[in-house]
Formats: sequence, C-alpha cells, structure tokens
Amino acid sequence: MSAIALHEVSVTLGQTEAVRRVSASVARGEWLTLIGPNGAGKTTILRALAGLVSFTGAIELEGRALRTSSRRQIARRIALVPQKPETPGALTVAEYVLLGRTPHIGYLATESRADERAAAAALERLVLSEFADRPLDSLSGGELQRVVLARAIAQDASILLLDEPTTALDLGRQQHVLELVDDLREEGGLTVVAALHDLTLAAQYADRLLLLDAGRVIGDGSARDVLDEERIGALYDAKVRVVREEREIFVLPERRR
Amino acid sequence: MRARGIPRRWAWAAIAFLLGSLLVGLGIGPVPLRAGPIAESALSHLPLLHVHSPLSAPQEAILWQLRAPRVVLGALVGGMLAVAGSAYQGVFRNPLADPYLLGVAAGAGLGATLAIDYAGGTRELVPLAAFLGATASVACAYVLGRTVGGMRTTASLVLAGVTIAAFMTAAQTFVQQQRQQSLREVYAWLLGGLSTASWHDCILAGPYVVASATVILLHRRLLDVLSVGDDEAASLGIDVGRVRLVLVIAATVGTAAAVAVSGLIGFVGIIVPHTVRLLVSTSYRAVVPLAFVVGGGFLVLTDVLARTVLAPSELPIGVVTAFLGAPFFALVLRTTRVGR
Repeated sequence: MSAIALHEVSVTLGQTEAVRRVSASVARGEWLTLIGPNGAGKTTILRALAGLVSFTGAIELEGRALRTSSRRQIARRIALVPQKPETPGALTVAEYVLLGRTPHIGYLATESRADERAAAAALERLVLSEFADRPLDSLSGGELQRVVLARAIAQDASILLLDEPTTALDLGRQQHVLELVDDLREEGGLTVVAALHDLTLAAQYADRLLLLDAGRVIGDGSARDVLDEERIGALYDAKVRVVREEREIFVLPERRR
Repeated sequence: MRARGIPRRWAWAAIAFLLGSLLVGLGIGPVPLRAGPIAESALSHLPLLHVHSPLSAPQEAILWQLRAPRVVLGALVGGMLAVAGSAYQGVFRNPLADPYLLGVAAGAGLGATLAIDYAGGTRELVPLAAFLGATASVACAYVLGRTVGGMRTTASLVLAGVTIAAFMTAAQTFVQQQRQQSLREVYAWLLGGLSTASWHDCILAGPYVVASATVILLHRRLLDVLSVGDDEAASLGIDVGRVRLVLVIAATVGTAAAVAVSGLIGFVGIIVPHTVRLLVSTSYRAVVPLAFVVGGGFLVLTDVLARTVLAPSELPIGVVTAFLGAPFFALVLRTTRVGR
C-alpha cells in the first residue's frame, strides 16, 4: 500500500484550474519532490494533500480516503510546513512547537505530559532545546525554519509536506535543513513530499521528481530522466546547462548573452 | 517543557487588584464605610458564625442594597467585556477588535431605544430588547459574512459587521429623533453606567456572563492555535470555522447580557486584554483568565470615580474608562518592549 495515492485529482481556484487530472503515488518512506515553474500547481497539490482545498478525483492517505477523513485524522497523518508560516513573534519556541501536538489533544483539553515530552523530543532532535524559552521574533531565519520543522515533527505524522522549505535560507542552511529531513526520513520511515524551486537540490534530495506545467504532470521519474536540458530550458523559459556527473546531477543557469 | 500559564505572582496580583477594587467600591460614597466593618457585616450574613454586624440599619441597607449589587455588576460587566474583547481579538487576529466589532453595540442601542420609546412608561423591557437587538445584529452579520465570503477570510465577516452596525445605528438614530422627549434617557443609556444596578440586574446578566466566560476560557488553548492563521490551524486538525462560530456566539451572548444591564461601556474590551498581553504574556492561557479578573476590578474602580468626581451627580462610566484608561494604556505601551 502506498503512503499517498492521487487519482485524477483536479483543483479549481476561482476561475483557473490550478491542478488538472494529476495521478501519482508515493511509497512509504519515499521522497517525492514537485518541480515546475511558478504557477505550475506545486503548492496547490500540497494543500490538497493537507485537506485545505476542495478537489475532484480521489486522494488516499495510507489507504484511507482523504475526503471522508476528519481534520484531526488528516492532521495525525500529514504535517505541512507552509512556504510562509505564520510565526507569532511573542510566542516562545516551546509554545509554538507544542501547537504541533494539537491533533493529539482533545478539543477542550490541554497538553498532557506525553505531549510535552514529544515536543521536547522534537526540539532536541533539531538541536533547539536551548531556544525553548526564546520568543520567535528573536530568532534568525534559519533558526525559525528549524523551529517550524520542529513543530511539524512534534505533530508525529507519517507524511511530511514541505513547501519551498529553503527559500529564505543561505546555501549552508539549505543543505542543513534538507539533510535533516533526510535523516528524519531514514530514522522514522517518514514519507516526504516537497516543492522546490532549486532543481539541483531537488535532484540531490529526492528519490523521484514530479515535473508539473500548468497543473499537469509532464514528467515523473528519477532526476536523470526528468531533468533534460532542452525540456527544462523550454519549460522555464531559461538558459540552463544540466551537468551530469557520475553520482550527481546539477542544473546551472547560464547568461542569455 | 511546557506552555507558560499564568505566572503565580501575576495571578495573585490580579486577584488582589480585584478584591481591593471591590472593597474600595463598597467603602467609598457619601456614607464612607471601612474595610473592617464591611468584612464583619459580610460575616454576619453567614449562618452559624454568630458574628454581629457593627453597622447601623441604614448603613447595612446602603452596603447591601446599593453598593454591593453595583460592584458585583461592575465586576461581571467589566470581566465579560474584557474576556469578550480577548476572544474577538484572537478569533479575528486583529488587535483592534473589540466586543462591539460585529454590531453588538448598534443592535443593543436600537433595541433599547425602541423599548424606551414604545414600551410605554415601563423600563423593564429595556434589557431584554437590548439583548435581543445585540444578538440579532451579530446573527445578521454572521449570515451576511458567510454568504458573501464563504468564511474563507475573517475580513468578509468584519465588513458584514460594519455594514449591519451602520444600518442599525441609522435606524436607532431615526427612532431616537422621532421622539424628542425621550432623547435624554436614550442618550444616558447609550453612554452606559451602573447607577441603577440592582441584584435583579446581577441575576439577569450573571448566568450568561458566567457561561460565556467559561466557554471562552475552555477555548484558551485553541485561541493560541488560531494565532498561526486559518490554514495552519486547519492543518493542525482544527475545524476553524466551527471554533470561530462557537467563540463568536459565546462572546456575543456574554457581551449582549453585559450591555443589556449596563448600556454601552467602551474601551474595557481593548485596553484590559492588551495590558495583560504587554505585562504578562500574549498566550491566551494567561490573557483570558487575567482579563476577566482585571477587567472586573478595572470597571469597579472606574465606576467609583464616575460617581465621586462630580458627586452628587454622576459621570457616564464610559467617559471615565477612556479618560483614565487611555493615559494608563499609553504608559504601559511606552514602558514595555515595543513589538511584542
């Protein structure tokens, strides 16, 4: 049974069809990265998976139809790290990460000892324990990104959705965050679906790439299969060179003239 | 590791503030009463203690028939307005939201004006009419906001509230101008006050206030969850629309009950929650309970000023809440870290 299965999923936002008849599946423990130009539908697919937009077609999470699952049931399976997370500045890191326990806490209840332990473990895993009492507005961009990831980890879901997790980060922080996600995946059998703009990072960290254009899937496979110089150049309207080395593949932008 | 609740010293400070305010409210007036005799008189009303009240019969009547209901009602109304204000600020993620945001004030004003003008000489219908006007106007705003915005954003709901409030205010002014002879009475009601407070009012408003404040208090953790925005709260497993509806209903019913017995008292719903946020914590685990206690004490104290500054005549309490509250709030803003 796959962790995620999409059958002919379409999403209409206002007048535009943002996602058109997308079918795909993600195996347990697999890392799938969605790539494609701005407006290709990457974020919308992630939002559909998290149950945040209505769709036609069918989505199954671990064999269960998303449509008939309650919000809480979805939140126990899927944790979403949005592209621009809301991080109320006055909340402390500990309080923010504890919010991740919400799907495990009764409607009007407060956190149990087990919830506090789970949040503390997430902080420790992301080397954030010493930040626990710091307000969010005192953190740097890289620290903040780790805190948001810690909240998602504390949620204890088996599927992690990452929407452009590296946009605000410098080169080193980008690698740190993605390595961290990869470690978590290996430790806990986490299934990862990410949307990334950086095609080199996408190639380096995903098992499989799903190439999207105007809401449609136009490529599905390994980085070597999908990242074709001519196709990427045409699709992004960019001049690029795809460098294929023995173990890795790099997508490099070139000056147009 | 845990979420900050209420730091103990702030909890004690808030309770001391409320108790102090109640004592001041009971003691100050044309017939001053000291704390000791007030306490003894209170004990004398309890069975089995055999304490004798040191107060004379007129003093007893002043204390228990005039001042006590007035301070109790002040505490209930002030606490309710402050808690409803915090709930609205959390639900709409807007620091300027106050309990009157969705048209409670305008609806209550219309209801009260109709009752004053058309219910003959009796004033017994005024609280009921104000309560119905307030709840009806929020219900209209909610239905309107839902049909135009589909509840995707809170902006449509706020705009619907503004629309309904404008309409209700126009209707209220129209009714008010038709009957010049009751203008003064309508105006006095709109400005709000506790001068006619009785135990009957406390019994009328009390159950609604207690129930509403309890519901909001039980949602304090969910109010914190809402602070990450609708989408992220939903992805954390919260049915945002339902939580918002429950909180709006609770805040509206409580506010309507408070307004029904005290008229329109402004500023408490904004200043008290923000003072708690600036001094103690922005987490609703601290804001909601402390706002209730501090809001109660604050309104009792302002009422003491309202009835003593120009004694024997009384100032409208809304004038005092703003006159006293604004400089205090400015001071709090200046002396605490900006940007929290």
